[in-house]
Amino acid sequence: MTLPTAAGLPFKHSHFPEIEAADGAVAWYEVHAENYMGAGGPPHRMLEALRALRPLSLHGVGLSIGGEGPLDRDHLQRLKGLVARYSPASFSEHLAWSSHDDIYFNDLLPLPYNAETLATVADHIDETQEAVGVRMLLENPSSYTELAGSSMDEIGFLTAIAERTGCGLLLDINNVYISANNQGFEPATYLDGFPLHLVGEIHLAGHATETEADGGRLLIDSHDRQVDAAVWSLFKQVIAKTGPLPTLVEWDNDVPDFDVLLDEAAIADRALSAAAAVTAAAE
Amino acid sequence: MTRDGEAALAGALLAPETPAPAAVADAHRFNVYRNNVVVGLIDAVAATYPAVLALVGEPFFRAAARAFVLENPPRSPIMIDYGDAFPDWIAAFPPAAGVPYLGDVARLEWAWTRAYNAAEAPPLDIAHLVEIPPDELALARVTLHPSLHLLLSRFPIASLWAEATGRSAATHLDLSQSEAVLIARPDAAVDVRAITPALSAFLQTLSAGGTIADAAAATGDDQARVADCLTSLFELRIAVSLLPEPVADQRSAP
Repeated sequence: MTLPTAAGLPFKHSHFPEIEAADGAVAWYEVHAENYMGAGGPPHRMLEALRALRPLSLHGVGLSIGGEGPLDRDHLQRLKGLVARYSPASFSEHLAWSSHDDIYFNDLLPLPYNAETLATVADHIDETQEAVGVRMLLENPSSYTELAGSSMDEIGFLTAIAERTGCGLLLDINNVYISANNQGFEPATYLDGFPLHLVGEIHLAGHATETEADGGRLLIDSHDRQVDAAVWSLFKQVIAKTGPLPTLVEWDNDVPDFDVLLDEAAIADRALSAAAAVTAAAE
Repeated sequence: MTRDGEAALAGALLAPETPAPAAVADAHRFNVYRNNVVVGLIDAVAATYPAVLALVGEPFFRAAARAFVLENPPRSPIMIDYGDAFPDWIAAFPPAAGVPYLGDVARLEWAWTRAYNAAEAPPLDIAHLVEIPPDELALARVTLHPSLHLLLSRFPIASLWAEATGRSAATHLDLSQSEAVLIARPDAAVDVRAITPALSAFLQTLSAGGTIADAAAATGDDQARVADCLTSLFELRIAVSLLPEPVADQRSAP
């Protein structure tokens, strides 16, 4: 099974009654894998009911694929268990690290891009795909600063990873926009160079804007508001080339009423329909 | 990244007073990561302990949680398992010494989250009880629901918790009133309730592996009280299986 090439929403437990009452409401839902690693209870009860209504995307946030240390084998087995139980249409994780030694930071942290980290990340993805038993999508990170030790650019790194491991890519356009602002490059140029044929899913989200001491603009990957107009615009440019792709509108903090998320999904669906019409006309 | 690179970043993330690592091009920007990590962990503790937060107020809670997360960062990516050390920690946190029931309210909230995420197990129906001859029943042992937690506090923690989380209206609580509390989730919702000392003793005995006769003795063997306890066991849907004395033991008896 693959995800529908339509808008999806993050599954928030507080929205479950409305989702159920609306018989699913949108095409698909994404869940963070680690929220379903308890033994039982309402999270699993609700996810089972949701799974009966709509396809799921299982999105891991804690595997630390970009870390230099070995992957947590127990965690891989837990992911495998969730895939077996819920048969998600997609499984994805991040190009980031979140654990070091035995500490888990609960955040997606940056790594430099070089031959050494490329080899480590590729090994981690091979191990993940082998253990979990599905092809995964790897998501580009958001970034606040450059790290010493990089000798490759992000696109070259992601492309090489995908070629070595056979994984697909999850393109987070909000992350591109944030990194571009914070590191001083053009997001459209980055997207022009992105291997779009490898993209299996798109993420969109809202970000916060801060003014720094020097008057510069810093963007924070806050997932707490509507998608920015500039990110919608980049999204439309991408899907004009790719045609419609499964597109998640993320919202993880200050989660609003379900209606607000439905409105965001509707904007994405309109853009996806327009892209489908254009792609069809071109063929 | 060289091995030192990730270690340097990791070491500095939870040490707010240390300078940014050399690998970071912009030291100020490193604080964005540092802030995201610490705030994310504080938010996770706040999500698990809403009653403690309500009792002490948000500024105090967040300052306390900041100290807690820096001392006790998660050891697992399963964040629903994070925060088990918080009740003992907050009970011993000197600035909270004026709120002596805080640790016990936190214990209740930790039990709540454990019960919420506990394994499922279908509760036994009370009809099962009448099929067992009384002499066998006395020697039976009960498997209790995996979500069941029992707490004893010298404070009225179930009442404090219910008022702090808005589940019941604020009253003038007698803080010298001790409470025995049951937390369980046999179905979709977590049940939190103050229970009688007799039922608490009865369930503690069963939980420790005692027979129903042992549990009855723990309540003082008052017949009406024992009948109430047995009824509660089924009405609260916390009995999962009821096994007579093992057959092997009966054979070895003279």
